[in-house]
Amino acid sequence: MRNRQATQLLSELSHAGRRGAELPPSDVPEWPLEDLLPSEAMAAAPPRLPELAEPDVVRHFVNLSTLNMSVDTHFYPLGSCTMKYNPKRHERLSRLPGIVDVHPHQTAGNIQGLLELLYEMQEMLAEISGLPAVSLQPAAGAHGELTALFVAAAYFRDKGESRTKVIFPASAHGTNPASAAMAGFDCVELKGRSDGFVDIEELKQHLDDKTAVFMVTNPNTLGLFEREIAEIAKVVHDVGGLVYIDGANMNAIMGITRPGDFGGDMMHYNVHKTFTGPHGAGGPGSGPICVRDFLADYLPAPIVRQRDTGSDEKRFELATPSKTIGRVRSFFGNVGILVRGYCYLRTLGAAGVREAAEQAILNANYLKALLADVLPSAHGEHCLHEFVASADGLAKERGITAMDIAKRLLDYGFHPPTVYFPLVVPHAMMFEPTETESKATLDAFSDAIHKIVTEDADLLHTAPHSTPVSRPEEVNATRKPVLTWAACNKE
Amino acid sequence: MSYLFTTSDEQQQMLGRIGVDSLATLLDQIPTQLQLDRPLRMPPALTELELERHLRELASRNVGAASRVCFMGGGAYDHYIPSVVDEVTGRGEFYTAYTPYQAEASQGTLQAFFEFQSLIAELSGLDIANASLYDGGSGVAEAVLMAMRCTGRTGRVVVAGSVNPEAVQSVTTYLADQPTEVLVLPTRHGKVGVAELESYIDETTACIVIQHPNFFGELEDVEQIAAVAHQQGALLIHSFDPISVGLLKRPGELGADIAVAEGQALGVPLQFGGPYLGILACKKELVRKMPGRLIGQTVDRNGQRCFFLNLQAREQHIRRAGAMSNICTNQGLLALRATVYLSLLGPQGLKEVAELSCRKAHYAADRLKQIEGCELLFTGPFFKEFVLKYEHGADSAIRKAAAAGVDIGPMLSRFPNLNWLPQEVRDQCLLVAVTESRTKDEIDRLVTALA
Repeated sequence: MRNRQATQLLSELSHAGRRGAELPPSDVPEWPLEDLLPSEAMAAAPPRLPELAEPDVVRHFVNLSTLNMSVDTHFYPLGSCTMKYNPKRHERLSRLPGIVDVHPHQTAGNIQGLLELLYEMQEMLAEISGLPAVSLQPAAGAHGELTALFVAAAYFRDKGESRTKVIFPASAHGTNPASAAMAGFDCVELKGRSDGFVDIEELKQHLDDKTAVFMVTNPNTLGLFEREIAEIAKVVHDVGGLVYIDGANMNAIMGITRPGDFGGDMMHYNVHKTFTGPHGAGGPGSGPICVRDFLADYLPAPIVRQRDTGSDEKRFELATPSKTIGRVRSFFGNVGILVRGYCYLRTLGAAGVREAAEQAILNANYLKALLADVLPSAHGEHCLHEFVASADGLAKERGITAMDIAKRLLDYGFHPPTVYFPLVVPHAMMFEPTETESKATLDAFSDAIHKIVTEDADLLHTAPHSTPVSRPEEVNATRKPVLTWAACNKE
Repeated sequence: MSYLFTTSDEQQQMLGRIGVDSLATLLDQIPTQLQLDRPLRMPPALTELELERHLRELASRNVGAASRVCFMGGGAYDHYIPSVVDEVTGRGEFYTAYTPYQAEASQGTLQAFFEFQSLIAELSGLDIANASLYDGGSGVAEAVLMAMRCTGRTGRVVVAGSVNPEAVQSVTTYLADQPTEVLVLPTRHGKVGVAELESYIDETTACIVIQHPNFFGELEDVEQIAAVAHQQGALLIHSFDPISVGLLKRPGELGADIAVAEGQALGVPLQFGGPYLGILACKKELVRKMPGRLIGQTVDRNGQRCFFLNLQAREQHIRRAGAMSNICTNQGLLALRATVYLSLLGPQGLKEVAELSCRKAHYAADRLKQIEGCELLFTGPFFKEFVLKYEHGADSAIRKAAAAGVDIGPMLSRFPNLNWLPQEVRDQCLLVAVTESRTKDEIDRLVTALA
C-alpha cells in the first residue's frame, strides 16, 4: 500500500522544465530590469529549487503526512506536551477573512474586532492565572520564560538591586536553565527531596540578596503538586526574589488553583498545550506571560488596553507599558494560535475549563493504576495530569529499556510516552494521557504495554518492526552530519 | 463543552480501579486553602454555531487584505498563497503531530524539514539552515547571540539603522543584561555608509547586522560591508527577503556568514503578525554554534535512508544551561508551508514573483513621485518597497488611500527607535510595498487617491 515515491526527496523528483505555479504576465510597463536594479546586485540565475508539477507536490506531501503519527490518528501520551484533541472549528475560525488576512501594521481603528478578541484573551489568561498583567507577545513557552526573566531583570535593575542568580529544581524542563543562562543569569540547580519535591531547607541555603528568581513547574514534571508551594514562595519573597511558575502543566490545575494564589509572581502558558494550539509538528506555539501588578510596567510592547470612552462603546488600543523591556520578536505575537486558544476557552467556559483539568487528572490516575504492576511510579500515591513511571526494574531483570518499550509501542499503534525525562528518575517514562481520551483507549494502551513486557527481549531491542523506518543510526550521523540534500550528493 | 468522552458509569469504574471514592480525593493533593473556592470569571460557554457567529462578528470589524487593496509592508507582505499550501498543511497528520523526537513515528515531518533546510540553504547561498526559529525579529537576536558564541567576542554588536526597527529592538532587549554594547548606525541616506561603518567597528565587535533589501526597501553594498566586517574578524549577519533572491544575489554569494529572514512571504498568511517563520542559515563551520532544531539524514537498522533530529547536544533538553539557545518549539508548520510554497514555485516561479514585485513597485514609485507633494525619501535602488514622503503627513496619505479601499504603510513614526531620523521626516513618511498580487489598475487607484 505504501507509495515508495513518498520517500524520494523533492530534489530527486525534480524534472527540468516542470512548473507548479503560474503567474500572470506583467501589466505594467516593461522597463528593462537593468534600469531598475544595479547589475552587480543581480543574480546570474535564480536559486536551484526543484522543478515539480502541482500534482507532484500534492502527492509528495500527502504521502509524507501518512508517515507521521498524530493526535488525529493515534493516542499520543507524550508527557509534558499535553497532546489533547485539536478541535476542527478552530482551524475554520482562525482562517476567517478579517482575521487571517489582517496586516500586522494595520492601525488600531481598523482592527477593533481583533483587538477585542486579544483583550478578552488577556483577561481570561489573567483570571486563570490569578496574575493580572498579561503579554501575548512570546512565541512559545521557552520564549515566555525568557521574556519573563528579562522583565525580572529590568525590575531589579530599576530597583537598583544587583541580583544574578536563578534557582530551579533538577526536575525542571531544560528550557528553565537555558532561558536563565540566555538572560544573563547564573544557574543554581537544586537536588530536591527523594520524594520528588523541592527541599525547602536546600532552597534556603541558596537564597540570598543575589537571588533574582526561583523557577518552578507546578505541578512538577513528576505530575505532583508542590504542597509546600506557598511556603516556598514565602521564603523566596523574604529575600526579595521572585517566583516564576513554569506553566507547562497548567492543564492539571486550570480552574482548580491559580499560580497567583499560590505565590507565583510570573508565569507563562503554552497555548499550544493547555489551550490546544495545535502543536503543528513542532510549532507554532504561543507563550503568553502573566505577571503581578508591580511588574506590569516592564512587559514587552504592545499590549491591548481598553480605552475609557465614557459611554457603552468599547474601544481598544495598542499600548506601550511605561518601563517596557522593548520587544522579543517582530509584531504582536502568534495571533493565529491565540485565536485558537480564545475559541477553546470560549467553547469550554468556566465550568468546562475545570472539568477538562479534572478529567485529565482522572485519566492520568487511571492509567497509572493500570500500569502500576509493570511500570511502577516511585513518586506519589496519586498524580495530577501526568505521572512518571520507571522501567528500571525491567531493565535490571530482563534488560528491557524504556526506549525498547517506547519503540515497541509504535508497533501496537501508539505513540510512546516521553522517555528519560525527568532526569531524576532512572529509565523514566512520562505518561500524559490528557482528558480527551476515552477509557477504552487507555485500556487498550495498558493491554499493549502488558503484552510488550512479556515479549522476547530481542524483539524489543530491535523494535519497531512495522514502521516506515526503524532505529536510525545516530552516532556516525552526528559525527558527520548530513543536513541538506546538497550535502547528501557530496557523500 | 469540554471535549470529554467519559460517561459517568465509566468514571465510577475508573475511580474504583484507582481505589478512591471520588474525584475530590484526587484533588486533595492540592492543599484546600490553595484551591479556588469559586468558579472562574469567564464569559459563558458557546456552542460551535454560537462561536462561529461571534467570531464572524469580531472579524467583520477588522480590515483584512482580502477585501481591500494591500500595499502595506514593513516586514509582512501580501504575496499570493497557492491553494496547495493550505490543503497540504491542513492535514491533521502534520498539524496535530509534535516535535519529531520519535523518528519512526515522524518520518513525514522529519523529511519535510530536511527538505526545508535544503531549500533554505539554497535560497541563502549558505551551507546549512536550521528547521526554523520563531520569526524574523527574534531570529536576528538569535543570530547575534550565535555570532558572539562563534567569535568569542562580547564587546560590541553593530546594527545598521536600516534593519527592521522591531528586529533591532529585539536585539537590544535580548542584550539588555549583557555587557555587550549595541551600536546602531544611523542610515540617513537610506543605506549604510561604508566609510562611517568602519568607525563603528572595533576588534571587540562580534558582528555587523544588515538587512538587504533593507527596511526602507533599498539595496545595501553588502560585499563592501562584508569586507569591513571580516577585516576586523567580525561576522556579517545578513537579514534578507527570501523572495528577493529570485532576482538578487544570495547572502552567501555576497559574503554573509549568517543569513536570517522573516519567512512570512513564503506562503504564510498575514494573520496580524504571527505565527510567522524565522529563517537562519550559516556557513558549515558555524553549525555547532547554531540555535534550533537540525534534521539530519542517516540510515536505519535495515540500511534504509531516513531522517532524525541531529546535533541535539546543542539543545536545551540535553545541554540545559549550556545550550546554544532555549528554543524548543519552533515554527514547524510554517516551515512546512514554506517548503510546499517553494516546491510549487520552483526557480522560474520564484524569479517571476520577484520580478513582478520589483517591476510593479517601480511603476508605483514612478507614478507616485509625479504627484504634487509626493516624493521618495531615498533615491537609491530598491527592490519591492520604498519610503514615500507625503508633505501633508503620512497619516493623511493613509486616510486618503483608505477612503479608496487601499491600505498603505506603516508610517515611520510608528517606530520609536527610528529616532535618528528627524521627527518631521518620520511624520511625513511611510512605507509602500508592492507584490505580484497587485495590478496596474490597483496601483493607479492608489495614485488617484493621493493625487
